[in-house]
Amino acid sequence: MSAAQPSDAKRLVTLTVNGLERSGVAEPRTLLVDFLRHELGLTGTHVGCEHGVCGACTVRMDGEPIRACIVLAVQAQGASIETIEGLADGEALHPIQQAFREAHGLQCGFCTPGMVLAVQSLLEENADPSEQEIREYLSGNVCRCTGYVGIVAAVQRAARKLAGAE
Amino acid sequence: MWCMLERVKPPRFRYCEARSVDEALALLAEHGDDAKLLAGGQSLIPMLNLRVARPAVLIDVNRIAELQTVETNGALRIGALVRQRRAERSEPVRAGAPLLGQALRFVGHPAIRTRGTIGGSAAHADPAAEIPCVLSALDAEFELRGGAGARVVGASEFFVTTLTTALAPTELLAAIRIPAPSARARSAFLEIARRHGDFAIAAVAVSVELAEGGAIERARICFANLADVPYRAHAAEKALRGARIDDERAVREAAEAAVGDASPASDLHASARDRLDLAKVLLRRALGAIAAGGSA
Ligand SMILES: Cc1cc2nc3c(=O)[nH]c(=O)nc-3n(C[C@H](O)[C@H](O)[C@H](O)COP(=O)(O)OP(=O)(O)OC[C@H]3O[C@@H](n4cnc5c(N)ncnc54)[C@H](O)[C@@H]3O)c2cc1C
Ligand code: FES
Ligand code: FES
Repeated sequence: MSAAQPSDAKRLVTLTVNGLERSGVAEPRTLLVDFLRHELGLTGTHVGCEHGVCGACTVRMDGEPIRACIVLAVQAQGASIETIEGLADGEALHPIQQAFREAHGLQCGFCTPGMVLAVQSLLEENADPSEQEIREYLSGNVCRCTGYVGIVAAVQRAARKLAGAE
Repeated sequence: MWCMLERVKPPRFRYCEARSVDEALALLAEHGDDAKLLAGGQSLIPMLNLRVARPAVLIDVNRIAELQTVETNGALRIGALVRQRRAERSEPVRAGAPLLGQALRFVGHPAIRTRGTIGGSAAHADPAAEIPCVLSALDAEFELRGGAGARVVGASEFFVTTLTTALAPTELLAAIRIPAPSARARSAFLEIARRHGDFAIAAVAVSVELAEGGAIERARICFANLADVPYRAHAAEKALRGARIDDERAVREAAEAAVGDASPASDLHASARDRLDLAKVLLRRALGAIAAGGSA
């Protein structure tokens, strides 16, 4: 087998996004978040700092939360990606989205798509997190509006909804 | 400072995926100084986005299965590409290196650890990082592979200075070996950061082996962010030998001795003096936590 040769040529990237197979063209240097937004037209995922510190671009890759601004699109070849667009069921908001709306978990909404995807992973790992656990898990998702109190309340509310208690 | 830079997209580079260690080594031999290995990318891609790194070639090692194993055979052997999140959840890692298990939750955030690798953090060699600190405290050994063959180096040799290790440009880190803990070992990892998940202002990794009755037979202590490499506090380790772990005076004296000739940097998070004071407090608290309940 001859070794692959490095190249900066554009290439076809095929992946699953929210359950549907999608493909698009990316340079090796194209960030996954830009690929999702510009190549696939999925602008629900936001871009903030573009160097991994704010969490706005959080999506899920093969079931785990990642930051789409510090993963290359070419690295997602064959992966399964979940974005905010995949959460609602038609007009019906996902319970986490409902909880954010009801508990004032958002104001401007810039951080919200990343926050909601991170919360989805948190609640899958820990169905009934304490306030401390919520704050620790979400410490990498920066919100400039809410002061986090509404977000913590939204997560607790979402946990109750998902447990069928509300 | 970084936020004011206008460009946050990587410059153009050539990219390829290596399918095996041999293939990665062949590519490194060919592209040497112009190339960088891409592991979790959680340090490297931010640096590309900010254009503080401009490698011509990126060799992606994420699909090399042989770098992703965790084995216990006396010592614990962690493949360089094992993700931090996986290590955090791994029973063999938690049993074979409890201190590493304790420290991992302080490394960035969950969405960083799902990509970031144990070996990538070691190879990146940030003096503020938790993983290099723990690996130094545990006397880990580093398996390096290069075109000329394999070699194994200890932690004190591996970490050379800030962002610099013993790895040659044509070598890769294949795995990290951690000697099996003694049944009498107790450990604690504590850190102070502005916000959970941020890099530590100061952090300490402590592992002690206790005799019946609580006397310390052996202590291993390492600080993050006190020097350009993980700072092993040999003077404090010596001072604690034979002392009882709940002997407050001995602990206080050891903490004074601990920071010895460290000369940490001052930055906007803390002055050098504050860092030294914090380090002493952290060591006292870590030993206190071990005395009180085993681990923290
Ligand atoms: C927001 C944010 C917060 C963070 N907070 C922390 C924190 O609190 N503490 C902390 O310790 N880290 C933190 N990190 C860094 C994180 O832990 C990185 O995952 C880690 O430093 C690098 O691992 P990586 O696998 O991502 O390596 P990469 O970014 O892929 O590589 C880093 C460097 O190591 C080299 N390299 C990687 N693997 C190998 C190998 N096997 N052999 C030879 N060279 C190799 C690469 O060429 C590159 O030069 C943070 C990162 C971000 C984005
Ligand atoms: S935009 Fe990705 S973390 Fe800020
Ligand atoms: S709602 Fe505005 S940043 Fe969070």
